[in-house]
Amino acid sequence: MSGHEHQDYTGAKFGMWLFLFTEVLLFGGLFILYAVYLARYPKEFVTAGSQLNVWFGGGNTLVLLTSSLFVAVSITALRRGATGLCLRLLGGTVACAALFMLNKFFEWSAKIGHGIYPGSAHLRELPPGETVFFNIYYLTTGLHGLHVVIGAIVLIWTMALIKTGRVHANDWVILENAGLYWHLVDLIWIFIFPLYYLILH
Amino acid sequence: MSENQEHAHIVPYRTFFLVWVALLALTAITVAVAQVNLGPLNVWAALGIATVKSTLVVAYFMHMKYEARLFKLALLAALAILAIFIGMTFLDVLYRS
Repeated sequence: MSGHEHQDYTGAKFGMWLFLFTEVLLFGGLFILYAVYLARYPKEFVTAGSQLNVWFGGGNTLVLLTSSLFVAVSITALRRGATGLCLRLLGGTVACAALFMLNKFFEWSAKIGHGIYPGSAHLRELPPGETVFFNIYYLTTGLHGLHVVIGAIVLIWTMALIKTGRVHANDWVILENAGLYWHLVDLIWIFIFPLYYLILH
Repeated sequence: MSENQEHAHIVPYRTFFLVWVALLALTAITVAVAQVNLGPLNVWAALGIATVKSTLVVAYFMHMKYEARLFKLALLAALAILAIFIGMTFLDVLYRS
């Protein structure tokens, strides 16, 4: 690596945004699935949605919103030269990711314990609308959970780059792009939470 | 490092903190509204509040407010494609006999 490495911040950030648009369309497809079946089975969706625990969903909403705040602030901290604060904030975000997945583990364990999981005998006995609700619930929150794990790994990698001095106050686009990915994870959950956990009427 | 100058906008901590407070308040509002039976309006209220929340996240946390026009146009194009995707799907499923 020479000292005159070419940098294109706009290009790097724009590339990340283009990738995020494909992610929006990916999850958009799953939300369309939700919308079509909600229109077809409104009563069954309420029955099934009322069985999801608002405390798990709401708690995880607070965890993700706070983790997004940490990432946003970490960029300001790095650019102001507060590297230690930046690393502590990113560590906080990774802790939030772990807390989110722990909540998800308990939530899914309880549901699976009640015989509610894709392909289960109990789910097949339920009316078709409820079966569909739980199937797309597992698909959407499962894919989202995978994004949480990937986002946490990317942030840990970014922390390593900050510690070795590869990412610093004058060259932070990797942190910025990792942060954009993390905010997308938050963004998707902002829609998952009310649509799946708050469908009570 | 001259290229960095055009990206020199540093968002203050305070802005991020206020956005976070607004996001928490909107979360409380969406939970409260869901307890009231508004019929089909419940889902529209939920989507409306979620849209406001995501606008805050995109504009401030994701810096879109401070990006060049190209970024904003690209975002609009992506959202338009999503809207067409949703619209075309419903033109199909709502009018099946």
